[in-house]
Amino acid sequence: MKGATGWLNPFWQLLLMRLRGFAREPSATFWVFVFPLLMSVVLGLAFRNQAGTRLSVAVTEGPERAAVIAALRVSDGLTPTEMTADEAREALRKGKVALAVVPETTPRVLLDPTQPDARSARLLVVDALERAAGRTDPRPLAEERVTLPGRRYIDFLVPGLLGFGLMSSSIWGLGWAIVQMRMGKLLRRLAATPMRRLDFLLAFATGRLLLAFLEVIFFLVFARLIFDVRVAGNPLTFVLWGLFGALCFGGVSALVASRAQTSETANGLMNLVTLPMTVLSGVFFSASHFPGWSQPLIRALPLTALIDGLRAISIDGAGVTALLAPAGVLVVWGVGGFALALRLFRWT
Amino acid sequence: MTAPAIEVERLVKRFGDLVAVDGIDLSVPAGTCLGLLGPNGAGKTTTVEILEGLQPATSGSVRVLGRTWAEDAKGIRQRIGVSLQETRFHEKLTVEETLTLFRSFYPAGPPVESALSQVALEDKRRARVGTLSGGQKQRLALAVGLVGDPELLFLDEPTTGLDPVSRRGLWTIIEGLKGRGRTVVLTTHYMEEAAVLCDDIVIVDHGRIVARGTPDALVHSLGGEQLVEFVASPAIPAQALERVPGFSGQRQRGEVVSLSVQALHEAVPALLRIADEHGSELVRLSTRAATLDDVFLALTGRTLEEAEQT
Repeated sequence: MKGATGWLNPFWQLLLMRLRGFAREPSATFWVFVFPLLMSVVLGLAFRNQAGTRLSVAVTEGPERAAVIAALRVSDGLTPTEMTADEAREALRKGKVALAVVPETTPRVLLDPTQPDARSARLLVVDALERAAGRTDPRPLAEERVTLPGRRYIDFLVPGLLGFGLMSSSIWGLGWAIVQMRMGKLLRRLAATPMRRLDFLLAFATGRLLLAFLEVIFFLVFARLIFDVRVAGNPLTFVLWGLFGALCFGGVSALVASRAQTSETANGLMNLVTLPMTVLSGVFFSASHFPGWSQPLIRALPLTALIDGLRAISIDGAGVTALLAPAGVLVVWGVGGFALALRLFRWT
Repeated sequence: MTAPAIEVERLVKRFGDLVAVDGIDLSVPAGTCLGLLGPNGAGKTTTVEILEGLQPATSGSVRVLGRTWAEDAKGIRQRIGVSLQETRFHEKLTVEETLTLFRSFYPAGPPVESALSQVALEDKRRARVGTLSGGQKQRLALAVGLVGDPELLFLDEPTTGLDPVSRRGLWTIIEGLKGRGRTVVLTTHYMEEAAVLCDDIVIVDHGRIVARGTPDALVHSLGGEQLVEFVASPAIPAQALERVPGFSGQRQRGEVVSLSVQALHEAVPALLRIADEHGSELVRLSTRAATLDDVFLALTGRTLEEAEQT
């Protein structure tokens, strides 16, 4: 039995420790696989794009009420409801109706112009009333209905959740494992053996990559099966980008876990890293909604870079050359985090 | 005479203002078992961790197996085995997997099965570490220390927190690990443990060595090997007690007086006579063999238990 080869290879044994630890911890499986799945199902259903969604509008009392309601019913975009003036204001306030029509001889509409639905509803109402009044279109428009792939919310959401999942499993899964080993003096015990630090490092990095590979594949398959989410670009590029991101987050995670001695410290540090990015990096909605001055900051976050890349590949079909900027951001975080972690890391 | 397994000169370790180790000299001959004895916080663990290469010394020189840590850290690590205080091994791994993992770090060593049988854990081979009892976990820690077939084995408080039965079980196992030229360094705050297991004992208090020697020699150094403890009412003057045959010292703690004497059969009748002469009644009278606890008490003025509480 030689120490360096075969079954007794230290790298292989350390990797086995990581994989066994994961496979034998049911809660890890839940957080890595089941939780993101549940989240995407719930959010995917809640924000499903429904074909032929109709906007509700209120019609208050007035001399032209019957005519207005008849005209609006003809429109395929509106659902008119009779209400008193007070009821209509209340429904507007609660967002139950997009606008209210006051059917006087010259009809008036009540609406909140900051609501996108209100503006759409106004156009539809004008259109319906004019048609009822006998308008003939001077410039008729032919309409062909298509659904463009990648334009649904779920197409946007799946790469975001995958990026979020890869960050979480790196920071919490990897970082937490290291802090626990330090708290249990297992790191100290390992440091007292002739174990090469490089083997330890490679085993943890490889473990991270293997698990990240499973995460990405799992996400791809399940999003395809349940929501018919397709990757517009090369699926291999998508998988490799996910692995690359996971590895860079491994570096960040090593830094976060390099010194923490107690679970409280580790918990605080990990939340400090993950929470801002969960909010800012565009997991659930596009990060471009944040004000312009904050954009350079947000673009510099590793999760933004990871998710932007995933979306670019899966929605826009981007190739490797289009990913240089986010790749640069990820490399800086990964290599920087890792280099700092090597200097700061405490085995005791 | 082979070279000592461990040579330490003027070892000092400071943590800020706190001096944990305050000038310790040690020389441990190869093949012997040294006990580092003292209360918690005496500096035992710090000393051992410096010897194990886990902490740097503030000053002083340390040679382990003839090398310094700066010269050949990897070479030393291959030749030593360590059992740290309360290591929590990966709870989801089995006993056998844990041992195989650690075995893989060493270039040579016994098969995992033999390490298992040395600590009598064969029937727990496939048990997850998380399901082991405290005593079984300590035995696993011992086995992990043995997988590299170390020439020098460090055991840091191997029985702390165990019940008396498990403790005795571990003593039997540790007895079996000695010999074959292997050097063992053991820290403990149980006097009895050091007396049972060690060839030489170093008593440490406040980062300094307060006494060293074989267990017998340390007990002998008290002057007497037997202790007579009594409460006299009214008290007997101290000078009168010096007339007890074989008297070598006395201490008073509260109302209890302890006399160190050579032979009980001469001392006790004499004590009874002296009490009679002074019209005193012996309310309590007991005798026992002197232990290392008495040595510690004589050296520091505190019992080990009191030292633990400060």
